[in-house]
Amino acid sequence: MRNFRLLVPLLAVLFVALAPGTAAAQGDEVVTGPGFGARALQALLDGVQFGAIIAITAVGLSLVFGTTHLINFAHGELVTIGAVVAFFLNISAGLHLVVAALIAVLIGALVGAILQLGLWAPLRRRGVGMINMFIVTIGLSLLLRHVILIFFGTRPQSYREYDIQRAIDLGPVGITPRDLTIVLISVGLLVGVALMLQKTRIGTAIRALSSNRDLAEASGIDVNRVVLVVWTLGGGLAAIGGVFFGLTEIITWDMGFRLLLLMFAGIILGGLGTAYGAMVGSFVVGIVAQMSSLWFPIDLQNAWALLALILVLLIRPQGILGQRERVG
Amino acid sequence: MDWEVILSDALRSGIGPIAAVYALAAIGLNLHFGYTGLLNFGQIGFMLVGAYGVAASVSTFGLSLWVGVLIGLGSSVILALLLGLPTLRLRAEYLAIATIAAGEILRLFYRSSWAEPVTGGVFGLQQFADEFFDINPIPRDQYGFWLVNYSSRDLWVLLVAWGLVALFAGVMALMVHSPWGRVIRSIREDEDAVRSLGKSVYAYKMQSLVFGGAIGSLAGMMLAIQNQSVNPDTYNPVETFFLYTLLVLGGAGRMLGPVIGSILFWAILSFFDSALRQAISAGYISSDVLSAAEIGAARFALVGLGLMLLMIFRPQGIFGSRREMLLDVR
Amino acid sequence: MSDNPISTALAKVEREPGVRKPDPLLVVDGVTRTFGGLTAVHVDTLEVQRGTITALIGPNGAGKTTLFNVISGFDRADTGHWTFDGQELTGRAAHRVARRGLVRTFQLTKTLSKLTVLENMKLAARHQRGERMGLSMLWPVWRGQERGIVRRADELLERFRLSHMRDEYAGTLSGGQRKLLEMARALMVEPTMIMLDEPMAGVNPALTQSLLEHITALRDEGMTVCFVEHDMDVVMGISDWVVCMAEGSIVAEGPPQSVAKNPAVIDAYLGRQHDEPENEG
Repeated sequence: MRNFRLLVPLLAVLFVALAPGTAAAQGDEVVTGPGFGARALQALLDGVQFGAIIAITAVGLSLVFGTTHLINFAHGELVTIGAVVAFFLNISAGLHLVVAALIAVLIGALVGAILQLGLWAPLRRRGVGMINMFIVTIGLSLLLRHVILIFFGTRPQSYREYDIQRAIDLGPVGITPRDLTIVLISVGLLVGVALMLQKTRIGTAIRALSSNRDLAEASGIDVNRVVLVVWTLGGGLAAIGGVFFGLTEIITWDMGFRLLLLMFAGIILGGLGTAYGAMVGSFVVGIVAQMSSLWFPIDLQNAWALLALILVLLIRPQGILGQRERVG
Repeated sequence: MDWEVILSDALRSGIGPIAAVYALAAIGLNLHFGYTGLLNFGQIGFMLVGAYGVAASVSTFGLSLWVGVLIGLGSSVILALLLGLPTLRLRAEYLAIATIAAGEILRLFYRSSWAEPVTGGVFGLQQFADEFFDINPIPRDQYGFWLVNYSSRDLWVLLVAWGLVALFAGVMALMVHSPWGRVIRSIREDEDAVRSLGKSVYAYKMQSLVFGGAIGSLAGMMLAIQNQSVNPDTYNPVETFFLYTLLVLGGAGRMLGPVIGSILFWAILSFFDSALRQAISAGYISSDVLSAAEIGAARFALVGLGLMLLMIFRPQGIFGSRREMLLDVR
Repeated sequence: MSDNPISTALAKVEREPGVRKPDPLLVVDGVTRTFGGLTAVHVDTLEVQRGTITALIGPNGAGKTTLFNVISGFDRADTGHWTFDGQELTGRAAHRVARRGLVRTFQLTKTLSKLTVLENMKLAARHQRGERMGLSMLWPVWRGQERGIVRRADELLERFRLSHMRDEYAGTLSGGQRKLLEMARALMVEPTMIMLDEPMAGVNPALTQSLLEHITALRDEGMTVCFVEHDMDVVMGISDWVVCMAEGSIVAEGPPQSVAKNPAVIDAYLGRQHDEPENEG
């Protein structure tokens, strides 16, 4: 059995070695325009931007897992709900996107809270097992996604404001004011979450609950309240992440589900259950995805990011920031 | 509304080739999830490598279909080893996320322009299963009863597909009731107990993952062969969720769970589709509320709702006993 | 307990922590295990004499179960090594430890609720042909062997007075019956040494007596028994040797009577009893 461990990296290397050859043979990659260094820097910048969006959505997912041990497959739909609500407020109700986005965040937070109060808390009281709850989230994800599809339709859409912008020239690389704002707000929010976790009472309670549920309960922390806060926060962050994702790319009915696997990749890369790990891991995923397009076709971006997840499981299963724990 | 059409549609789906393919894939998944307790969310990935093993062997490399079957099975074994090696020692959640990611990675790679010379990229591959239809022993004719009719080609597909289902349901029954099955069932309940008795839990989980995955790849092959075509987007992660839904419907960890589950699942979906379509065309449902184009979405939403309700109220399946529930300590 | 050969063999052994024994089956050297910054186990030397009943006592949180877990492969040690019957056992996976003949039970019993009592027993038998995936569907290959296993299981069930529950789901057993089943099941592995983690915890007094008798009977048949217990009174009657742990280290060992009077032991119990959490790691 042990020898098989060698097989995996070998195959991965094989893939990587074969890929450029095949691509070049097809003549897909015609290198013109800026040199490799400039393209690499641009890809890195795009990666940071993509990573910031993944991180802002993944933090909530990670906090929910940390405090409740529930893997929430429906977290992607919270992202879509944010983007779609902002879209309807923006286009149908004619609100400015900033206002629409703020309302969308409130609604996202509300949905998170309602899910906890109306679904997860009662299920926990019924004594539904963790694995069964996990499968319930899959059902919920299917349900929400296709209800959104019925209302929103299959056509990709864009917001009214900030749609097309000219990039600011920063030497070899460029970024649009929109994208720059998104990165700055995202990083600001991530720092805010980190400060909240470190400095506030509720943040301390969340961290305590994540590290040891029994001990936290015994020391008088109101678990239900903490979990409710986490769901509300997670819903709000997912919604703003959805608006950002819709802005930088496009709004579709299944955008959240497509982002979900990347969130999971980020969370596992960083270390399952640690909020900071999720942040770091998400940036890695974003950067791997964007930088892979320097060598490989763009339609494989996400595949490389997910492959990074599997490689990390092989080499360092506890993730980048995770504690090595007893497993198996 | 023509109820006879609706009911015959439901029946046709329930005993159709798709139901057989899903029953077969679910038999493999039942070994993983129902008996061993492995959260494999990438069963569709096993189906994909099986289907493309056959399709690419014939269409791209000009090999025989039967060699393709072996290649498909071999691919599924390699995939199971690749997935199991890093994750089977970790907590159950890791396998869940790694398998769903693997399924999606495979779909993305197989549909990429980069793999197009072998897999046909987004266009897929067609007309590779002539060898299968050439050995059809059923005379050319129309066969059927009531409103359900089959050509000899359809009947041949059905016979082989359900034959495979029966074969593997039987094999699985033998295996689960053997000492091997006893170890597998014990692992689902308490790994540490099994370890303390000197059994290598890791090796048994790996065997389960490989064997169930290989059955999944056979299901993928059957799907490809009966369509005479493969397309990467058929092998969407959502299909695995369908498998879970029908498995829970029929009863996970029961011998006939996947088979009954698949028949019911496809019959119910088809009934729902057909009834909605008729209700819309007859004007019972205003097309402002739900247009014919949205029926597909409504059906997925229904599956999601059904999965939630089943998991909450009847996780032991619709025929499961309450007694077992009470023994379930989890 | 006075005049059997075991007591004679141990009579000349010094009564001090980490003392060497004439015929040790299990030898533990320099094992430490830390959780975070906390040292849960720090054992310099521990030897378990072959063919004896050795009790591992100590207040809650003394690291007894952690030491058990490390030795039996259910936890990793940070340092140290240990041998069993002369063979290196350090860092071996749990199932390999069991295959070497060192089988353990658990404080919270791990009987398999959805299997019948008989199936629980059959599971534990070793070298089963039918446990190979490739042979599992060919029942004629393993049926004969299975019959032998059932016979042996029935004998053990008879001995542990569980025959009447043979075909019931193990989930329907009482707490004490589960302890009995777990012990009987461990014997199906045919171990040379059995490690019992708090076998008497949560068992009613009548059943406790019968459990103690079973343990003594095992020793009389030549098996080595080591068990964890935090209640000192329980171990006095049946143990040949008592090892006392406190705060992760061995503070005393010797025959039951001498350990009971040892000031270090009294100190460990009286000084620590009230401010330790109920469950140990």
